Amino acid sequence: MKRLCLVLLLLAAPLWAFQPDEMLDDPVLETRAQALDEVLRCVRCQSESIASSNAEWATDARRRVRELLLEGASDTEILEFFVARYGEVVLMQPRTGGSNLLLWLAGPAMLLVGGLGAWLYVRQRGMADEPGVEALSEDERARLRDILDR
Amino acid sequence: MITELGHFALILAFCIALIQSVVPLIGAARRWPGAMAVALPAAQVQFCLIAVSFGALTWAFVTSDFSLRLVMLNSHTAKPMLYKITGVWGNHEGSMLLWVLIVALFGATVAWFGNALPPTLRARILAVQGMIGAAFIGFILFTSNPFLRLAVPPMNGNDLNPLLQDPGLAFHPPFLYLGYVGLSMTFSFALAALIEGRIDAAWGRWVRPYTLAAWVFLTIGIALGSWWAYYELGWGGFWFWDPVENASFMPWLLSVALLHSAIVVEKRESLKSWTILLAILAFGFSMVGAFITRSGVLTSVHAFANDPERGVVLLFILAAFMLAALVLFAVRAHVMQARGVFALESRETMLIINNVLLTVAAFIVFVGTIWPLVAEMLFDRKMSVGAPFFNIAFTPFMVLLGLVLPVGAMMPWKRGKMGRTIRALRPALVLAVAVALLVWAMQTGQSAMAPIGLFLGAWLVAGAATDIWGRTGRSALRPRLARLRRLPRADWGKAVAHAGLGVTMAGIAGLLAWEAEDIRVAQVGERFDVAGYSVWLRDVTEVEGPNYRATRAEVQLGRGDRIIGTVFPEKRVYPVAAMPTTEAGIDNGFLRDLYVVIGDPQTGGGWAVRTYVKPLANWIWGGAILMALGGFLSLSDRRYRVAAGARKTAPEGVPAE
Repeated sequence: MKRLCLVLLLLAAPLWAFQPDEMLDDPVLETRAQALDEVLRCVRCQSESIASSNAEWATDARRRVRELLLEGASDTEILEFFVARYGEVVLMQPRTGGSNLLLWLAGPAMLLVGGLGAWLYVRQRGMADEPGVEALSEDERARLRDILDR
Repeated sequence: MITELGHFALILAFCIALIQSVVPLIGAARRWPGAMAVALPAAQVQFCLIAVSFGALTWAFVTSDFSLRLVMLNSHTAKPMLYKITGVWGNHEGSMLLWVLIVALFGATVAWFGNALPPTLRARILAVQGMIGAAFIGFILFTSNPFLRLAVPPMNGNDLNPLLQDPGLAFHPPFLYLGYVGLSMTFSFALAALIEGRIDAAWGRWVRPYTLAAWVFLTIGIALGSWWAYYELGWGGFWFWDPVENASFMPWLLSVALLHSAIVVEKRESLKSWTILLAILAFGFSMVGAFITRSGVLTSVHAFANDPERGVVLLFILAAFMLAALVLFAVRAHVMQARGVFALESRETMLIINNVLLTVAAFIVFVGTIWPLVAEMLFDRKMSVGAPFFNIAFTPFMVLLGLVLPVGAMMPWKRGKMGRTIRALRPALVLAVAVALLVWAMQTGQSAMAPIGLFLGAWLVAGAATDIWGRTGRSALRPRLARLRRLPRADWGKAVAHAGLGVTMAGIAGLLAWEAEDIRVAQVGERFDVAGYSVWLRDVTEVEGPNYRATRAEVQLGRGDRIIGTVFPEKRVYPVAAMPTTEAGIDNGFLRDLYVVIGDPQTGGGWAVRTYVKPLANWIWGGAILMALGGFLSLSDRRYRVAAGARKTAPEGVPAE
């Protein structure tokens, strides 16, 4: 029984993302490595970073990150290394350049537009004359009372 | 036989939904009472028929009728009964059936309780609801029929995705659907008002309970999903900014905005066309959610139930409804004249700020979610938009919202004084600043996230307390305490929900800022320390579940000499689906969770063990529970029961929010 379980466990894909034997001995480097794991996407998976993914590709990518760190590469160099091979899709955080400016500016621009619209509306409401209850017919007023007072 | 009855009931429901979407509309236009009245029995019968159909499918799952293709694909005889039942909606076809069941249920509530509504408005609401029902029932019947039989039934089924065999996730879809589809009701109200050409305070009062209900269900659904991800996925993440999560988050944000703008319609007869537009967009985003989940057009971790071709049909349904609604809006919105006049410093203005922040936040989530698609189509750039983007682009809006919320909640209607409101909130502000300084002093050298988050938490909770206390008037302590109990439930609902938001914000900030993690190989019997807690791997055994096998570790947790408790993290394998899952061992605490995961056996002996200390983790869901509770309180306010056609009594007490 126990053996069968072990076989099954080995057959099943490693469930665990990050394995203890992957860790670097140098805690400073390892901290940097884990930060990099978070911003690199596992391109074989569904919108997951290599830090949380348990796919084989992600494991290889994590090993690669650590190898490059041991070789003395900087964080940017490591990101460049992955972008050069797999394209921008490997970055969890989209870059700011080019057409992506649209993405990054969409929020602030919308806030500006919305804020301006709201400001104009508030000003107009502040200056408008209140039509008051007189604008309702006698009937309507009765019905409104009926609904609101019930 | 029962299956065929269910199938037949669904076809009948389709026909009735078609009638319901046409006849009352003509009746309302021509003022034919008979034709308008058709809507009432139609809505009720449609609901009963779909309920029969849903019951038939459930029966097939319960009895493991493997002659049904759907049951064969998603069930197994060895599965516990609970998951046989929840398996009904753990797949595409069944979940769409649940969706139309809820559409019909909401429609039926208008037939049951809507006697106070003007007959033409009611007929039009039910007609629009009928169209939504017809579209989705048609979608089920023509593209995703759950009642298809197999010529040769197998002996057993393929089992439900093991990840879904969990209480948290079993009830996650129904709540989300109640929320999504609850917004179909506000959509129907909005369209009916546009056709009718008028919208008044009574309309606002009717729309609010539906929005409130939808929002409460969305809150519960999202919280359940997030809680599930936290304990099930094995590393304690609670939000991934995954497309499907975003798809549920956008309607949530918009329903919050709608909830607040409908107050302005009800109380002050302003913001009418904006509220209508929000109601349309909120349901639009619900359908976008259904589309994203069901089509798999965006890569997502929720990739267990999708099919691109059906996605196209859903996209057509979505486009048709949105196009029709927006054209109608463009043509008719100008008839919605605002009445209320208000000054710059007023509750109205604050609620407009709330709406701007929430809709822009929803817009950012939307842009971030679809950007990979847009960039690939227009600029031929393949890219990912992951959590880092949303953390940078989205979070500031929530911080701003948290900052202005207590002030806006206490600002008087029509004309207020900013200075006076802030003065009333001064104790809350002092408390919040003190909390932030304390936190900052305690955690030297770390990010500003925790101080900001806990400042917002304290500010929101204390602000809500100030708000509710302020409603008791100015007199001695005792009468005020007595009055506190008699305040309308809506006031309590508002305070509780706002405080809940604060608790959630504090929880998220605390968890993200202070989490500690430890990964190591541990021998059985080994003890080690993680961030001040001692972890003792006492034993690892094999255990057998009903439809899985598990490796179970016994881990004792302690602090100093004190034993905190023992947890049993498991690693399960479901042989039928050939899938492993983790069950984390979690020791829940008020201030922190201890979270232990057992991994693979190592070649050199010992087991991989991951231990996390997760400060304030439970506050995230605790806050969500508070928000939902606030919604329920507000929903149970007597005004709504009264508006729903109950006894006629005079109002009493302070006017409710």
